[in-house]
Amino acid sequence: MSDPSERDTATKKRLMEIAKVWYDQIAGGEVPSITLPTRTKYNIEYDDESEVWKYGDKESVRNAGTAKSATHMLKMAYVIWFIKTQLQENRSSTLREMYYISEGWKQAKFGAQNESNYLIEDLEIITALQREFFHMRPEEDGASIFGPIRVRENTRRGMKEIHCQDDVGEAGYNIPNNVENVELVDHDASCVIAIETGGMFSRLQENGFDEEYNAVLLHLKGQPARATRRMLKRMNEELGIPVVVFTDGDPWSYRIYASVAYGSIKAAHMSELLATPSAQFIGVKPSDIQQYNLPADKLTEQDVSALKAELTDPRFATDFWKKEINLQLEMNLKSEQQAFASRGLDFVTKEYLPSMLSEIGVLKR
Amino acid sequence: MVLADELAKKQRSISVAEFFEKNKQMLGFDSPTRGIITTIKEAIDNSLDACEEAQVLPDILVSVRRVSNDVFRVVVEDNGPGIVPEKMPSVFAKLLYGSRFHQVRQTRGQQGIGISAAVLYAQLTTGKPTIVTSRTDAKNKAHTMSLVIKTETNEPEVLSHEEVDWILPHGTRVQLEFKSNIAARKKLIEYLKYTSIVNPHAKFRVEIDDESFTFERVSSDVPPCPVAIKPHPYGIELGVLKRMTAASDLPLKEFLVESFSKVGEKTALEICSSARLDPAVKVSTLDLESLNRLLDAMQTTRIPAPSASQCLSPITDELIVKGMEKEFELDFIKARTRPGNVYGGHSFIVEAAIGYGGKLPPEGSAILLRFANRVPLLYQQGACAITNAVQNVNWKAYGVSQSGLPTGPILILVHVAATSVPFTSESKDAVAAIPEIEREITLALQELGRDLKMFLSRRDRNKLQDDRARAICSVIPLIAAKVGEIVELPVPDTSLIEGRIMRRVVLKKSSAGGKVMIHIDNYTTKPQEISLYDISGDAAGDANIPPSFVSEMDGEYTKIWKFALASGEAFEVTYTGLGGGMIEMQGVSENLKVVVDLDV
Repeated sequence: MSDPSERDTATKKRLMEIAKVWYDQIAGGEVPSITLPTRTKYNIEYDDESEVWKYGDKESVRNAGTAKSATHMLKMAYVIWFIKTQLQENRSSTLREMYYISEGWKQAKFGAQNESNYLIEDLEIITALQREFFHMRPEEDGASIFGPIRVRENTRRGMKEIHCQDDVGEAGYNIPNNVENVELVDHDASCVIAIETGGMFSRLQENGFDEEYNAVLLHLKGQPARATRRMLKRMNEELGIPVVVFTDGDPWSYRIYASVAYGSIKAAHMSELLATPSAQFIGVKPSDIQQYNLPADKLTEQDVSALKAELTDPRFATDFWKKEINLQLEMNLKSEQQAFASRGLDFVTKEYLPSMLSEIGVLKR
Repeated sequence: MVLADELAKKQRSISVAEFFEKNKQMLGFDSPTRGIITTIKEAIDNSLDACEEAQVLPDILVSVRRVSNDVFRVVVEDNGPGIVPEKMPSVFAKLLYGSRFHQVRQTRGQQGIGISAAVLYAQLTTGKPTIVTSRTDAKNKAHTMSLVIKTETNEPEVLSHEEVDWILPHGTRVQLEFKSNIAARKKLIEYLKYTSIVNPHAKFRVEIDDESFTFERVSSDVPPCPVAIKPHPYGIELGVLKRMTAASDLPLKEFLVESFSKVGEKTALEICSSARLDPAVKVSTLDLESLNRLLDAMQTTRIPAPSASQCLSPITDELIVKGMEKEFELDFIKARTRPGNVYGGHSFIVEAAIGYGGKLPPEGSAILLRFANRVPLLYQQGACAITNAVQNVNWKAYGVSQSGLPTGPILILVHVAATSVPFTSESKDAVAAIPEIEREITLALQELGRDLKMFLSRRDRNKLQDDRARAICSVIPLIAAKVGEIVELPVPDTSLIEGRIMRRVVLKKSSAGGKVMIHIDNYTTKPQEISLYDISGDAAGDANIPPSFVSEMDGEYTKIWKFALASGEAFEVTYTGLGGGMIEMQGVSENLKVVVDLDV
C-alpha cells in the first residue's frame, strides 16, 4: 500500500464499510450499533508473541438507543464523512483543525479536543488503520534523525531522496508526521541511539560519534510522538538496525523508554506498529550515578511515588529494573544525561557509550 | 447551732419568677436571637390555641420593628376570643398560670409558662412593661394594660389600665420590647413558614421592619378543638394522684370510675383488690403508703388504651400535603397519618410527609421539619427522637442515598400529636426517645418510603424512555442522513426503528420480483387484534395466508386479513403481484402503529 492514491482508496473503502453497516442496520429497522474494545487500563494485556501491550478481549457495544450513544455515533458519522471528503480532495488536516471544523456540525460538534482525538483513535481501532491513513496529523513534530541512513520521502512537492548525514544540516532530518510517506532506502548504520535531550544529541554530533561508530542519532524530544516511535520501529524491523534508548536517570525517563519498547495504554491498538520490543535501555542507570560518581539531585516526592509505581508495573517487572529502581530509591538521587560532562566533554563518546554498547552486544570490536 | 441559725436566716423560698430569671435557657431564652423566636412562638401558640377553642379562623399579625440599636418591638395580634380584663394580668404576668395545665388533650401551650416568660424576658432586657390589648366582643370596649411581673412574688403588677377603642371586634394584641439582633430574621421566617404549613387554616401577616408578606391559609376549616378527656391510669404520677384524692370526697371505687378514663366498675374493683384496699374507703383518708399501693395497682392492672380520636387533633394527610404544596415547589409529595397509639397512658398520633425534587436543593442532607402538637421544633435537631427515627430508616432501600439523614432533594416532615408530648427539656426543642413514638415514626416513614421509591423508579423509567425517544426521533435520523451521504445512497427510513424501539406495531410492505410481501411485527407488550386492509390491483389469489375477505371494484381489489397478533409475534403474507395501491392497518391505536410502504 505504498502508492498513496491506492492507499487512500482502500482507506475510504474501509470507512464506507462502517457507514454501510449502519446504513443497513437503519434500513432494516435496527438501531445502529458498533462494537469496540474497552479502552481502559483494565483491558490492556501483554502479548507474549509480539512482546507489546495490546487491548484485551473486553468489548463494549455502542448502540444508538440512548441520546448519548446516538450522539457519539452521529459524531463518528460526521468524522467518517469528513475524512472521506478529505481523502477525495487529497487534503489533510490536524486533529485540532478538525476540532474547529466541527463547530459547524451542530449536534455533532465536539465538546473538547480530547473527544475528537479519542474518536479518531476509535476509528483507528475499528479500521485497523493509522490516523495518517485518514490524512489526520497531530500538532507536534516528529523527532530529528542524524546518521548514515538514506530515506525517500513523498512530499507535497514531489519525491525527495535524503541522506540523513550528508544532505541535512546540524538539526538533522525531521521525521514527518506521516512516516508511511517515507521509504527507507539503505543504510550503513550499526545502531540507532534514541536520545532524550537535545543537549546530548548535539554533543554526540559534535564529537562525531555518528561517524566514528556509524550510529544513527535520534532526538526523542521528550515523550516521543507516534511518528518517532513508528520510525524507530521501522528502522528496527525493516532495516534490522538495533535500537538503544539513552535518557536521563529519573523515573519519567524510564517511562519514555517503556513507551518506545512496549507501547502505551492510550495507543495500545497501535502497539504492534509503534513499539520496538527489542529496544534496549543504556542509561543513565542509577548504578551509573554510583559508578561514575555523577553530579545528582535529590528525588522529589513525585519521583519517589513514580518509582514505586514502576515497581508494580508489569512492564518493569524484570530483575534489571527491580535492582536499578530499588538502588535509586535507596540512594535517593537522580542525574541528567549531561551530568557526564563532569568527567569531561569526551567522556560520554569515548568511554561511556562505547563500553555500554559493547556490553550489550550492539558494537562488536 | 449558731451556724445553722446563720444559715437559716439566708434560707428562704425563691419565687418561680426568680428561679426562671436565673435559668432562662430552660425556657428557650438563652440568647437574644433565640429570645425573639421563643417570644413570637409563645404568643402565636396562645393565639392559635385560643382561636381553635373559639372555632375562629385565625388571622394573626406578627410585627417586628427595631426601635433603637438593639431593641426590638414585637407585636402579635390575633382575632381570637379575647381575654376578660380581670384575667389579663395573670395570663400575661404570672408564671405557671394557665387554663390547660390539668387537662388531658392536645394543645400547643400547656404549663402556662411561655408568654409570661416572654414578658419576664422583655422586662429583664429592656425594663419595659408589656402592653396587652384585648377585647372579648363588639359590645365591650377593648382594655389595654401595661404589665410587669414582680419577680420576688411571681405576681402581676398592672402599671396602667384603660379602656380604648379598637378596630377588631374581638382579639388580643401583645406588645413586648426586648434586646435582640437581626440574626434572628431568617430563623423567624423559617418558624413562621413551618407554622403555616402545619396550621393550614391560619393566615399570617408578617411585618419585619419595612418588609411585609403573608402566609395564606389553604383550608377554611378550623380543626376540631380536641376534647379534654380524663387521665388514663397509666399516665398518672404519685403527686397528681395525691392532689386528686385530697380534693375528692368519693369512695375509692367511685373515685376510680369518675376520675379516670377507661376505668369501669369491673376494672375499679380489680384495682382495689390488687391494691388490697377497701373499694368503699374515702380516698381523702388514704395515707401515702396506701396511695403508693393504689398507684402500683392502677398501673399493673390491664386497662384498655385511651382513645385518641377526641383528645387529639391530627392535621390529616390531606392538609399536610396542601400546607407543604403552598410553601415548597415539589415533584412528589405524600403524607400519612398513622392510627392513634399510646405510650405510658398518653395518647399520641404520628403524621409524616415526604416531598421530593422540585426546587429543593439537589445535594446535601434532607430538610427535616419536626413538629409537636402543630408547633415547629427549630432547635436541637440532633437530640430529637424524630431525627433519630429518620436516621434509623434504611433509606437506601427506597432508592435514596443516605449519610445519617437521607441525602438529595428530600423534605421530610414529622408531626407528633400527643396529650402530653415527652420533650427532653422545658424549652420544648426535642422529643424524648420513647420507643412507642419512634416506632410509629419509623412505620410512617417506611410507608412513605415505599411510595417515594415507586415515584423514583417511575421517574427513572420515564427518563430512560424520554432519552430513548430523543435518540430515536432526533439523532438517528441525522445519523441516517449522514451515512446516506457517505455511502451515496438515499437516506434510509428510520420509522422502522421508531416502531421497534418505541414499542409499536410495525407494518412493512415491499414488492420485488413480481412478489408482494406484507410483514407485521407486534413490538408492543400486548396482543393486538388487527384488521389489515390492502387495496391494489393485485388479486392475491395465491396468498400463503388467504384473506378473510376480498372484494373487487373497477379492477381494484380490497383484501382484508383479520387476525390476532401476540406480543413479539410477526405476521407475514406474500402473494404474486405488482404491489402499489394503499395499505392500512386497523385495530391498533394510532400512537402504537407504524405503517411503511417500502416501495414508495
